[in-house]
Amino acid sequence: MEFYLYLALFSPLVGSLIAGLFGASKKTLFTGLITSALIFTSFVSSFMLLLHILGDGEPVHVEMMTWIATGNLYIPFGFIVDQVSVVMMMVVSLVSTVVHVYSIGYMDHDKSFNRFFSYLSAFVFSMMVLVMSDNFLGLFIGWEGVGLCSWLLIGFWYHKESATWAANEAFIMNRIADLAMLIGIFLVYWNTGSLQYHIAFPAFATLDSSTLLMIGIFLFIGAMGKSAQFPLHTWLADAMEGPTPVSALIHAATMVTAGVYLVVRANPLYDLIPDVGYFIASLGAFVAMFAASMALVNRDMKRIIAYSTLSQLGYMFVAAGLGAYWVALFHLMAHAFFKALLFLGAGNVMHAMDDELDPFKMGGLKKSMKWTWIMMTLASVALAGIWPLAGFFSKDLILEAAFVEHHYVLYTILLVTAFMTAFYSFRLVSLIFHGKERHKEYGFHPHEAYKFVLIAMSPLAILAVVAGFLFKGSYIEMVTTLLPATEYHLHSETTFWIMNIGTQLAVGFSIAFAYMKYENAKIDKKVESGFLYKLLINQYYIPYFYEEYLTKPYRELSSVAWKHVDLKVVDATVDMIANIFYETGEKTHVMQDGNLSTMLRWMVAGTALLLVLAVAFTVGYSVLVG
Amino acid sequence: MEITLSHYLVLSTILFAIGLVGVMRRTNLLMLFFATEILLNAVNIGFAAISRYYGDLTGQMFAFFVIAIAASEVAVGLGLLILWFKRSGGIDLTSMTSMKG
Repeated sequence: MEFYLYLALFSPLVGSLIAGLFGASKKTLFTGLITSALIFTSFVSSFMLLLHILGDGEPVHVEMMTWIATGNLYIPFGFIVDQVSVVMMMVVSLVSTVVHVYSIGYMDHDKSFNRFFSYLSAFVFSMMVLVMSDNFLGLFIGWEGVGLCSWLLIGFWYHKESATWAANEAFIMNRIADLAMLIGIFLVYWNTGSLQYHIAFPAFATLDSSTLLMIGIFLFIGAMGKSAQFPLHTWLADAMEGPTPVSALIHAATMVTAGVYLVVRANPLYDLIPDVGYFIASLGAFVAMFAASMALVNRDMKRIIAYSTLSQLGYMFVAAGLGAYWVALFHLMAHAFFKALLFLGAGNVMHAMDDELDPFKMGGLKKSMKWTWIMMTLASVALAGIWPLAGFFSKDLILEAAFVEHHYVLYTILLVTAFMTAFYSFRLVSLIFHGKERHKEYGFHPHEAYKFVLIAMSPLAILAVVAGFLFKGSYIEMVTTLLPATEYHLHSETTFWIMNIGTQLAVGFSIAFAYMKYENAKIDKKVESGFLYKLLINQYYIPYFYEEYLTKPYRELSSVAWKHVDLKVVDATVDMIANIFYETGEKTHVMQDGNLSTMLRWMVAGTALLLVLAVAFTVGYSVLVG
Repeated sequence: MEITLSHYLVLSTILFAIGLVGVMRRTNLLMLFFATEILLNAVNIGFAAISRYYGDLTGQMFAFFVIAIAASEVAVGLGLLILWFKRSGGIDLTSMTSMKG
């Protein structure tokens, strides 16, 4: 099994290095093929490991080599494949295989084709390190690795100013959170003496609650950055500047779920501090609704899906915060499938529409893009949580968990958010695929994506449909050997049915309403001039607030420091030292007039001066000493 | 009047001063060599006198070394001087300014 572990971990790295060798050269198709094949190898290996875990349930734990060993600190390059990490490995390797094959079609005409695949595979490797590491430091390395790859890929089209700006924003926001995470890791080491999960986690039980509180909060701030929770959420929507496959893989399916993974992984810690857990759940519910509300009005196709991702991450945090770790992980998995599918579908639409993002300029695309329409509709149905698609099972479990734990406020928020989710998803589908073909006015000639691209997307479409009812049983059985196996059953059968059918009907109503309202893409002037619309379209003025009250004062401060401190103190000092030598040379070079007599005179004068000094010092010394 | 060490040292100093002035003031290269010889011999007088005063032969030995080195220096120097004269037709110091900084 160790062989499969190393294969799953390192084949993306090999792919990345191979593609990187040709990074600066023109498009060569084989880099795309090789990296895809290697990612597929990783997927197959992950699948073999999954079978192994399902079989006898023994986690595979290896220590590849010693990394840091000094004094009492011992950190190996250790990797573990257990019930939690194998789920993540399956999700990561599956979605990235699909995205790699999809990108061969999507990046077809891009001149940086090879570079793209190098970055994409490097991302998969980092993500694998993140989920497979058996210690916090290895996780942190993967964490930073995915952050770096995210930066590289958001700013992939670096000639666009907006792309580089978004890349930097994402990177800097994540650095802020990573600092907190690093402090959390230090605290873990300081208090337990180890960073390896199997030593640190049992040791948590012996610590006092204030220490645990600190560790829990700091680690969660790290998770907030990566998973773009409020108030560090603005980078995710801006990250849509990157190529669409990147949005599908990194900013929907895998990297942004790393924060959820961290909380799930550290479940022994968060079990001991239910207050922090409750805070996580509340923040998650807030973000779920907050992001969904922004998705309601946005007019950028990719941003709508990005806000939807944000909202679903909120759901996951609610589950994780309430101690329903396996539910969170289940929603993470299901969400990865249908959200990646949704993004890839959006990518097809963008290609057909020459990178147009405003769905109000589309419409009626179901005629020319039948398969994309079917897949995006499936993904949206799954996202809305209609039985029997994947989203129903995972999202409904979160609602039930909130209800059973008597958090009725959270439950209500999530329920309302579910209606909003259905509404904005089908607003998008309706605007893009139904109604009149408005795009003709703008002179677009839509065409369906390549056939192999559609075939590559099909596994995700199938999983978006079946992942719920097919996997739920075996998933629960497998994962609950490691995670707390809390069952969430409503006490009364009647409540269960009323809740489910009620939710389904309301969601169905939302969908129908969205279809009706947006089929003709009429822009409601009255709504658009309202306060609420302005608030939502401007993202609650949060980016504006950050710009006005954080970025600008900081820029002012930097400018003052530059002009008054750097230029007038630091630079001036350095310049002065240089100028002294320069001017001395300038003034004294007249001595060197080439006349031997003058030189000899200077020599005599120098000797005389030295003699005088020698005498003076000797006399002075003897006077001083005595 | 008995001649003591001081007399020799005064003589040495006077000669050294004459040599030094010569080195600094003269512009004829040949005269510069003469002045250098005076400088070296002024020192030699000092060495010999002090050697005699202390009854230690080291000083006199040192004086011989100085004479030997002075002789070889003059040999090389005069060779260069003749070469320079053949090239430029003069041995005036003021005409040699190729090392001007």
